[in-house]
Amino acid sequence: MARTIRILIAKPGLDGHDRGAKVVAHALMEAGMEVIYTGLHQTVEQIVATALQEDVDVIGLSIMSGAHIPITEKLVRKAREAGIDDKMIVVGGVIPGRDIPRLKELGVRGVFPGGTPFTEIVRVIKENVRRDQEAKWE
Amino acid sequence: MGVAKYTKDAKGQITDVTLQSGIHVKTFYGPEDLERIGFSYEKDLADPGAYPFTRAIHPQGYRSRAWTTRQYTGFGTSYETNERFKLMIDHGQTGLNVAFDLPTQMGYDSDDPMAEGEVGRVGMAVDSLRDFEVAFKDINLAKIGSGLTINAVASIMLAMYQAVAEKYGYDAKVISATPQNDILKEMIGRGAWIFPVEPAVKLIGDTIEYSMTTMPRTNPVSICGYHIRESGATPAQEIGYAILIANAYIDNVLPRGYDVDEFVGRFSFNFNVFGNIWEQVAKFRAARKLWARNLKEKYGVKKESNMFMRGLFGGGGYGLTKAQPENNIMRGAYYALSAALAGAQTIALCSYDEAYTIPTPHSAVISLRTLQLLMDEVGLRDTVDPLAGSYFIETLTKEMEEKIEEEMAKIEQVGGIVSAVSTGYIQNLVSQQAYAFEKGIQSGELLKVGVNIHTEGESKDVELHEYTGETAEKQIEELKRVRRERNQRETTRTLVDLEQATRAGKNVMPYLVDCCKAYATVGEMTSVFRNVFGEFKEPGLF
Repeated sequence: MARTIRILIAKPGLDGHDRGAKVVAHALMEAGMEVIYTGLHQTVEQIVATALQEDVDVIGLSIMSGAHIPITEKLVRKAREAGIDDKMIVVGGVIPGRDIPRLKELGVRGVFPGGTPFTEIVRVIKENVRRDQEAKWE
Repeated sequence: MGVAKYTKDAKGQITDVTLQSGIHVKTFYGPEDLERIGFSYEKDLADPGAYPFTRAIHPQGYRSRAWTTRQYTGFGTSYETNERFKLMIDHGQTGLNVAFDLPTQMGYDSDDPMAEGEVGRVGMAVDSLRDFEVAFKDINLAKIGSGLTINAVASIMLAMYQAVAEKYGYDAKVISATPQNDILKEMIGRGAWIFPVEPAVKLIGDTIEYSMTTMPRTNPVSICGYHIRESGATPAQEIGYAILIANAYIDNVLPRGYDVDEFVGRFSFNFNVFGNIWEQVAKFRAARKLWARNLKEKYGVKKESNMFMRGLFGGGGYGLTKAQPENNIMRGAYYALSAALAGAQTIALCSYDEAYTIPTPHSAVISLRTLQLLMDEVGLRDTVDPLAGSYFIETLTKEMEEKIEEEMAKIEQVGGIVSAVSTGYIQNLVSQQAYAFEKGIQSGELLKVGVNIHTEGESKDVELHEYTGETAEKQIEELKRVRRERNQRETTRTLVDLEQATRAGKNVMPYLVDCCKAYATVGEMTSVFRNVFGEFKEPGLF
C-alpha cells in the first residue's frame, strides 16, 4: 500500500490572504493526505528547509500577490540547491491564465487558480505522486 | 461568496431559504411577524437620525449629502499613485483610499531582501516622507480625506500623513485621515500583522489618543468586519466580531484617563456587501442599532452623535468571480444598491477585474460610475431608509440583531475577543466555514452564476494591470537618494528618541512624526518596534 501523501502548504512572501491556503488544506486532509501548513510570511529558504525537515512529497505554494513567477523561480532554484528537486511543486492562488505556461515550464505540475475544484487538485496531486513513486521503483 | 441555501421540492419550487447567518426566510411576512418579534417603532427604529439609528445616522439621509465614493487606489511608485489619485478626483471621486504595497504594510524598506518581487505590486511603495510628498502633491488635503489601508504600521503612516500635510502648509487640525489600523482583524483574516497582540493593540490606543488632541478630524481606527467576512465569517459574525474588536480598542484607551465620549465618535467601520441583498440590508440596520446600544449601555456614552456607526460599506471582493468577469460589474451594482438601501456613508466597490489583478483605470472608473448612477440617476437619494416598515425587512433586522448578539456571546464565553484571536479560535472557526462554503459552491448546493450555473466553457482573461521590475528599481534608487541626502545625525537622534519612548511605554506618535520629518524610513521605524516588541506568533491550526 502506498504511504500517505505528505504535502506542505506554504504561504511565501508577505501576502497574508490565507483563506485559499487553509481551505485547500482542509480539502487535502479530507482526501486523506497529511498536511503541514507553514503559516504566513515565509521566505523561500524557510519553505525549502521545512520541506526537507518534514520530508514531504509535495510543496504547494499559495500566492495571491501576483508575484507567483519570481517566487516559483526562486523555489525551484533553492530546492535544486538543497537537493530536493524531486518534490512535486504545485501553485494556487490568483494566477492569470497567461502565466500558466511559464509556471509549467519551471516544472510546476499543477497550477490551480481560484475556483479550481478540490477533486481536480486532489486528482493531480495523487496521480503525480503515484507516478513519481512508480518511477523510483523502475 | 455569500449566497443563501435553497431547498426545492420535486417540482422545483423553493421550500426553504436559509441565509448565511443561519436565519430562515419565510414565504411571506405580515403583521403577525412584527407582533411575534415584539416590534416597536420607537424602540426598534425611531426616525432617521434618532437613537438607536437603525434607519440612518442623519435625519436627512442622502438628501443632505450623498455617500462618499472612495475607490481603493495605489500602485507602483508614488508618482503613478499621484496620477491615479488625480484621475479619480477629476472623475468626481470625493475621498482617497490609499493602497500600500506589501513591504510597506509589513514595515520593510523597498531594498530589504524581504521586499524582493513585491515593491509597488499591490499598492504604492512608501519608504520615507519623500514618497508621501510626491503622492499627495497638488491634492487639497483640507478638502479631500484619505483612507490609509494599513494596519500593523498604521501609526507610522498616520505620522507620515501629518508630516506631509504640515510640509505642504496644512494645520494638522484640518486634515482628515482614516488609517485602517485594525490589527485584530489582520490576525483573523488579512494576515498583515507584525507585533504581538498586546503591543499591537497599544499602538492603536496611541493613535486614538494622539488624534484626539492633535488631529481631531482624523478617524484613527476603522474596524474591519470586511476581512473577517472575506475569510469565511457569516454576516452576523462579521458585525459581532467587529463590535467586540472596537470594544477592545476602547478598553485600551479608557485606562489612560479619558472619557469615552472624547474619542469614540471618531471610530469608523468597514463592512462587506456581497451575498444575499436582504441579509446585507438587515445586517447594516441591525449593526447601527447594536453599536449605538453597546456604547450607550456598556460604556455610558452620552453624546448621540458619538453613537453613530459610520463607515465604508462596500468592496465585495469575495463575491466576484474569475469566470465571466464582466458579470462582476452587475454584481458590483447590486452590492452598491444594498449598501445604499442600508444608508452607508461611504461606498467603494471592488472593480470587476479584481479577481485577477490590480484594477485598470478603465475598470476603476466603471466602479465609480456605478455608484454615481445609483446616486444621480435611479433615485437612491429620494427618501431615507426606503425599506423601513416592510414586514420582511423589519423581522429580518430583528432576527439579525439576535444572531449578532448570539455570536458575540459565544466569543465572550471563550474568554473574549483578544483571547479568541490569540488562541486561533476564530481563525479556526472561519476557516472551517470557508471550507464548508467552498464545498457548497463546488457541489452546486450554493448557486453562483457563471461558476456552477449559467456557465459558458473556458473563461477568458481580462486586460491586466502590468507590473514591471522597473518600479522596484526606481523606488530603490529614490530611497538611496533620500538616505544620502538626509541629515543623518538628526535621523539617528529621532530614532533613538523613538526607541526610548517605546521602551518607556509612552505614546509613540509625536516621536514618529519627528522621525518622519527627519526622513527616517518605514523600515527603520518598524525595526525599532520589532526590537522592542518582538513579533506575533501565529496560532497553529493544522
